[in-house]
Amino acid sequence: MSNWSRRRVLRGIVNGGVVSVGLPLLNCFLNDNGTAHADGRPLPVRFGTWFWGCGMSAKVFVPTKFGTNYDLPEEIKAFKPIQQHMNMLTNYTAFLDGNENLCHFSGWVATRAGHAPKSREDRPGETIDITIANQIGRTSRFKTLTATATGEPRTTVSYEGVNSPTMPEYTALHLYQRIFGSEFQDPNAPTFTPSPAVMVRKSVLSGVMDDVKKLNRRVGAEDRARLDQYFTSLRHLEQQFDQQLQRPDPIAACKAPPVIKDDVPAGRDFELVARRHKIMSELMAMAVACDQTRVFNLAYSAPFADTVRAGYEKPHHSATHEEGIDEERGYQPEVSWFTRRAMDGWVELVQAFANVKEGDGTLLDNCFIMGNSDHGLARIHSLDGMAMFTAGRAGGQLKTGLHIDGAGSPTTRLSYTALRLMGVNANSFGSKSNATSKEISEIVA
Amino acid sequence: MQVGKRVGPKRKIWLLSGAVVGIAAVLGLVVHFLPSSGYSGEIRGTEPKMRLMSKEQYINTLTHIFGSNLRIDARFAPMSRKDGLLANGAAVANLDAGKLDQFRRTATLVASAVTGPEYRDFLIPCQPKDEKAADAACASQFLSSVGRLLYRRPLTDEQTNVLVQVAGVGAERLGGFYSGLAIALEGMLISPDFLFISDSYEPDPDNKGRFRYDAYSMAQRFSFLLWNAGPDDALLKAAESGEIQTRKGRERVVDMMLASPRFEVGTRAFFDDLLDFEVFDTLFKDPQIYPSITGATIVDAREQTLRTIVNHLVTQKKSYLDLYTTRETFISPALAVVYGAPAVQGWTAYEFPEDSGRAGILTHLSFLTSHAHPGRSSPTRRGKAVRELLLCQTVPNAPPNVDFSALNNPNPAHRTQRDRVKAHLENPVCAGCHKIMDPIGLTMELFDGAGVYRTSERGNPIDASGDLDGTAFKDTVGLAQALHDNPALPSCFVRRMYSYATGGPTTHDDGPYLDYLNKTFGEEGYRLPELLRTIVLSPAFSQAIPTEPAGDEISEPGKAGNLTANALQHEGSR
Repeated sequence: MSNWSRRRVLRGIVNGGVVSVGLPLLNCFLNDNGTAHADGRPLPVRFGTWFWGCGMSAKVFVPTKFGTNYDLPEEIKAFKPIQQHMNMLTNYTAFLDGNENLCHFSGWVATRAGHAPKSREDRPGETIDITIANQIGRTSRFKTLTATATGEPRTTVSYEGVNSPTMPEYTALHLYQRIFGSEFQDPNAPTFTPSPAVMVRKSVLSGVMDDVKKLNRRVGAEDRARLDQYFTSLRHLEQQFDQQLQRPDPIAACKAPPVIKDDVPAGRDFELVARRHKIMSELMAMAVACDQTRVFNLAYSAPFADTVRAGYEKPHHSATHEEGIDEERGYQPEVSWFTRRAMDGWVELVQAFANVKEGDGTLLDNCFIMGNSDHGLARIHSLDGMAMFTAGRAGGQLKTGLHIDGAGSPTTRLSYTALRLMGVNANSFGSKSNATSKEISEIVA
Repeated sequence: MQVGKRVGPKRKIWLLSGAVVGIAAVLGLVVHFLPSSGYSGEIRGTEPKMRLMSKEQYINTLTHIFGSNLRIDARFAPMSRKDGLLANGAAVANLDAGKLDQFRRTATLVASAVTGPEYRDFLIPCQPKDEKAADAACASQFLSSVGRLLYRRPLTDEQTNVLVQVAGVGAERLGGFYSGLAIALEGMLISPDFLFISDSYEPDPDNKGRFRYDAYSMAQRFSFLLWNAGPDDALLKAAESGEIQTRKGRERVVDMMLASPRFEVGTRAFFDDLLDFEVFDTLFKDPQIYPSITGATIVDAREQTLRTIVNHLVTQKKSYLDLYTTRETFISPALAVVYGAPAVQGWTAYEFPEDSGRAGILTHLSFLTSHAHPGRSSPTRRGKAVRELLLCQTVPNAPPNVDFSALNNPNPAHRTQRDRVKAHLENPVCAGCHKIMDPIGLTMELFDGAGVYRTSERGNPIDASGDLDGTAFKDTVGLAQALHDNPALPSCFVRRMYSYATGGPTTHDDGPYLDYLNKTFGEEGYRLPELLRTIVLSPAFSQAIPTEPAGDEISEPGKAGNLTANALQHEGSR
């Protein structure tokens, strides 16, 4: 820290200055078409992922018709109000390439990280949400936001790197506080005063970065890679402070949600999960609308879905293995009941985004939300016949209202489609049999 | 509390061995000899680690510095479990943007509380001349003394000056001395010098060509192992004086630390990790099926076992093996209901009745509830937990395409769990693994998913007979004894403890030394303090095997650099 000086400590402060500006909030901040801000800045396209564990029962989940106006079998009947906002993608495969089928792990890793893991220790590496966040998330307050309705801190299908699972917010209250707590700057507030505390905090970061550099010289190669990530995180924090010091542009769609004071009690009962999921869906939608983040992940359940229903002794996952198939109906009724609750959650998330007006459309119109699971049929841990969803039109880049037959092609095609539409310059995604350079062209506008 | 005092003859052996080492050093030999039991293998030392501080270490360290009144609502990302321990995950954990944000927000709250009006008069050793202005002298006094404890070594003058400047600028901009001080403290709390427990090493003057951990690294290795917190003032003084680098000094220090009440905290932390008690943070029991299990029951179940462990191993210094057979424990009002014990007030010493079917910590609610489903018991989960957590054995993953519906289909022949899981044993794909899990778990069927003792399931008598590696038993008391007598129980414990102490998974090369530790652990009555004493006084704990940078070029974080590995060869210590 030998180069530290008072001038350096003051860096960022002199550049700040206190600004207090009155700002009327009007729709005139958007252009006549409602597709861009009045100053010509286009409405940003955002990306989100949604996850549910333990797949589905194809017999009552996969529509028989393809293309538009597809039928809604009983396990997805709840999709009716959002059918025109989403696409059903069925019959896709996560390939193992000779590796062991690691139950409830291989499937989502292959989809989101592009390769079949060799073991449970073989952590995913960077998942596509992070790749996309690095592309489109650098200007928002949070590069990415991750939450889980399970109430458990280990439920995540997002990894920054091999040893960097993205820790989710796992209570509704903490998600609220993180986004809309004391550090939230309402872009539509009538006045803006940069926080002097943030100015000074930002100046402290230079010293911390110097500490990282010094430590970097004393450690081995693997630890230097870890410090490199730490350094990058400090840079991101610095950018976050920078943003807090600038007057945010007004955003007509942004309306800070009511204050949350009481949390949903801890627990895995489906009613608690549903309550948590509903609040989280709405918070995520508003976090995106207020440009706090442009990338988010929300999980309804974990890959080992352990949602329970009071009075029924088996959690969702156990039921997939232990419940007999109802001969008349041809599927596991209790398992299907759990799946339907998860689908209710998907509907809720999509509606939360569709309910936010943005320009002449909705927030959902400017989003690309993908949903996927860990298996096709969880009872046998199948990795073929997998179902996925998209919701939103990605700023006009996606068609909706379609049911597409993947014909056994890799699930990574959806991930690749997302990467491409989000502007990631990639010629392909995934490795070996999961490698693809084919978007799901049927849904691309 | 006095622990680990060695008796005369053993001291002589140590002295003799010291002479052997001395002669070896004179002869230029690099082989170290252990002092007893005739072991003469090479002690390799360990690779330096850079461990991310855990939530508990963060809280413990700060409450030791600032007092237990400081309430810290820390929500940090959990570590990955590596080779059976979360602690091993700390050595590979990254600090991504999300995690740093959590540390930063917590730092803001901590700094605000420490410098706030409620505590400042107690926690800040001086008062500014003017609360509304900067005061470099007072800031320096506070930041250098606190910084020494946070960074676990004295701050350089340069570091102190920078922090004082930050505090000064903060005071100017934020309108007060304490606001500025808070910002400087926040900075320290997100510094890598605080968040990463990083080992530094230096050439070992007593062993040419070898390296040892420097005195401050030794102090933090001792303290995070034994107290699960950073070093206190006394320990840092032992580092500053160099005492900790002498055999005699280390003996004094370790005895002082083992006698401290903080050793109980350290013991709890290790067992919390070993027994995978993290599950209690989110453990859920179906209230309709198990109405007797409340939130308080779950909290107390964890506490019961940890209290029992501390009392047994630390207070009474009894054998680790007996932990699995003892009927002595503690219960709370919430637990008394489930155990069917008389009502008690607060935590009370309690002995399970002889005919209770309970013996040892495996029959505590903690084990029985956490290795079961929310609405029923699970012989497989319980058997797997014994194999993996206590015997260090790996149960392979379940095959992906097995139909377990036989476990549920109504079948009059399936009266109990034993009948149902028989399907596992009849299927050759399943049998290999279930044969090592089910005979343990089926004995524990004497307890339902809430840990309540029973002799029948839905009116059908439970056959609780079982087997552990060739030792047959008929109930949980028999299982407890079989586990107690199983040689894998202590050897697994030694392996996990050594791994925990050195910060990483054991390797094949550690085998001979682990064998030695196993032997001495047994010779010393399987006592925890003795095992820890042996480990921390061993060269394996104090010797460093430097990890050379992988490439020739060492880049600065965030950009390419131009320093070569050779140029940095001597920067291993500072």
